[in-house]
Amino acid sequence: MFGFLQYLGRLGLGFVSQAGGMALLFLTTLAYTVKPPYRVRLFFKQMEFVGVNSLLVVVLTALFSGMVIAFQSYRALSKFGGESLLGGLVALSLVRELGPVLTSLMVTARAGSAMAAELGTMRVTEQIDALEVMAVNPVHYLVVPRFWAAVLMVPLLTVIADLVGIAGGYLVGVMLLKVDAGIFIKKMQEMVEWMDIASGIYKALVFGGLLAIIGCYKGYNASGGAEGVGRATTEAVVIASVSILVGDYIMTSLLF
Amino acid sequence: MVELVDLHKSFGEHEVLRGINLRIPAGKLTFIMGRSGTGKSVLLKHIIGLLKPDRGRILIDGQDVTGFSDRQWQKLRRRFGFLFQEGALFDSMTVAENVAFPLWEHSRLSKREIEEKVAEKLSVVGLLEARDKYPSELSGGMKKRAALARALALEPEIILFDEPTTGLDPILQVSIMKLIRETQRQYRLTGVVVSHDVPIAMRAADYIAILHEGRVVAEGSPEEIRKSEHPFVREFLKSAFEGCHPEEGRNV
Repeated sequence: MFGFLQYLGRLGLGFVSQAGGMALLFLTTLAYTVKPPYRVRLFFKQMEFVGVNSLLVVVLTALFSGMVIAFQSYRALSKFGGESLLGGLVALSLVRELGPVLTSLMVTARAGSAMAAELGTMRVTEQIDALEVMAVNPVHYLVVPRFWAAVLMVPLLTVIADLVGIAGGYLVGVMLLKVDAGIFIKKMQEMVEWMDIASGIYKALVFGGLLAIIGCYKGYNASGGAEGVGRATTEAVVIASVSILVGDYIMTSLLF
Repeated sequence: MVELVDLHKSFGEHEVLRGINLRIPAGKLTFIMGRSGTGKSVLLKHIIGLLKPDRGRILIDGQDVTGFSDRQWQKLRRRFGFLFQEGALFDSMTVAENVAFPLWEHSRLSKREIEEKVAEKLSVVGLLEARDKYPSELSGGMKKRAALARALALEPEIILFDEPTTGLDPILQVSIMKLIRETQRQYRLTGVVVSHDVPIAMRAADYIAILHEGRVVAEGSPEEIRKSEHPFVREFLKSAFEGCHPEEGRNV
């Protein structure tokens, strides 16, 4: 019984200290953002890594998600003869939910994990210490460009995912299930408002920041050789994914 | 000059430094020696502020730096060079980029001047041909030499070496140590070497401090250390020569 309480206590302490550490890293990152020198080259390199290199996987995910939603929604809608709503439904679910969430999850898997692995390797091979010894702040040099690259690129990827997903839905809805193309587009225009698109973009902004801070925090604080780096990477992906889904719920209920 | 006063440091239950008192003379090469795991590297990391002591003070040129903020340390560290045990080269950069890194960060030199300086430092360590290689393509000895070139790039006043010869073959050990000795003399650096290699220390050091159970148990010139009566020092020196030529063993 006592052991169990101890276990719970340790779990709670671990959670609080990690959340605190991440919050601190976030604030430090913001503070160092405004401090010169501005490392533009590193920023562009990270944007390429987080954004451009994630494009293919995000496009594929969005395409098939859009297609599958069209199928599923058509099945549900046809039960009460509401097939005409298909375009609006597909677009709404993509723009509000699946676009930002799926994009962030894919970027977490690709780039968030890489951030944890790269910083973790740098930590255990003393490269982060080497930065400090050479009087270069590691947060300034490593975390700031990664954080802003993710904050900027995840929303941009989300926009692309929305478009591709809708195209996928159109493909299935209009070409395969023979919903009228005009109605599909018209319902989409009617049902999707600017606010819906904006809420998706807000989410993507937050998720991008979340996945970068969690990935960097886990890598930055890795210890224990190759095994430690592996553990840090896994934890980064798991924690970031769960945080994105929980954050999604919280933001949806606030932004509704 | 670096001075350590009653330095204490524990990791959890494990007490690593238990009251270190040591004056590291300026312009000399000082060896800090002891068995593996006695906190030699920990001591070195205190001197450059990577670790903070639980108790005690660190003085650099008479100034107490123990309570320095990160920003103050950052400024101070520009006077330091640090050679990590495994080199700690940035593996996303070539050798030349690694050496150029501190110059890009802290000097106001032009691109051409930086290139010249990098070439100069790389030729000092004999790595000019390997300038465009990545650390993963280098052998252990080459990595150490590249890291030495990087540590020297900003022409520091104080340079700290964490086990510079560990893991190298005997010929490389001697050549790295010679390189360290020569550059230390040439630039009149204050050098601190952490090592457990007794023969090399006896030949290269100006001053030796021996660490045992978290304290400095003996310090002095190699000659004085050789004559030390301290039981641990005697054992430490003796075991280093065990298996050597019998006469050499007797000399210790």
